[in-house]
Amino acid sequence: MTISLNAFLLVAGLLFAIGFFGVLLRRNTLVLYMCLELMLNATTLALVAFSRFNGTPDGNTFVFFIITVAAAEVAVGLAIIVQLYRQRRTVQVDELTALKD
Amino acid sequence: MADFLFYLFAALTVGSALSVALNRNAVNAAMSLFLTFFGMAGLFVLLEAYFLAVLQIMVYGGAVVVLFAFIVMLLDVDNRKLKPVGALSYAAGVVAAALLLTAALWLFHKNQLTAPELPAEAVGSALKVYGRQLFTTYLLPMQIAGFLLLVAMIGVIVISRKSDAADAASDESRS
Repeated sequence: MTISLNAFLLVAGLLFAIGFFGVLLRRNTLVLYMCLELMLNATTLALVAFSRFNGTPDGNTFVFFIITVAAAEVAVGLAIIVQLYRQRRTVQVDELTALKD
Repeated sequence: MADFLFYLFAALTVGSALSVALNRNAVNAAMSLFLTFFGMAGLFVLLEAYFLAVLQIMVYGGAVVVLFAFIVMLLDVDNRKLKPVGALSYAAGVVAAALLLTAALWLFHKNQLTAPELPAEAVGSALKVYGRQLFTTYLLPMQIAGFLLLVAMIGVIVISRKSDAADAASDESRS
């Protein structure tokens, strides 16, 4: 394969930047959370690429654990968002200002 | 061929990631998120991490995106009364992302990370390697991960239980 490590890292960097951009831009908590997932996935991609080009399988095993933790994290986070919606009737960040007021 | 596939999957991943960040409809964002994960699974295949590619589709595509779509539909967020995104926050987002990207590009350009020649059989490609590693070197993290899933399951059940305050709030909004 002629694709270099830099190309994969560039894609990972792009994904991370897009996720970061989304977190700053969006006001819907759910979409914000999706963008956080994007950032997490970008780091995963970088880890797999490093692992492949380093020739060791350990990085892939770490990614296995990352996916496990991410699945648990998504379930808990979405449960919190549902509970937030029940209490406040909104998921827009602009309207969740209880700590500020 | 591998080059073409890399560009294809990279374009798919980045394009649909942009769609996640910019789409106003949350359901469309969830579907774009699935496409992003699919593109990433393709990139994993190109990196010869076949097991992770399957896992990516199964866990992210099959569980996480479905959970997102389910919650989006459950909450039924009204898009019409939304305030438009302010110019300041838009500019801040663009500048921050551009800064981050510039730093990454500069770093890649400066360090010239060279890729060494790889053995014919990649180390991480065989399922056997995963099995051996998970049950020897990483046995304790494996147990902790399983325990974490149990904790998360119980946590979700406890959190999503209907509390009295939530009942009062929903009654109030109904009346």
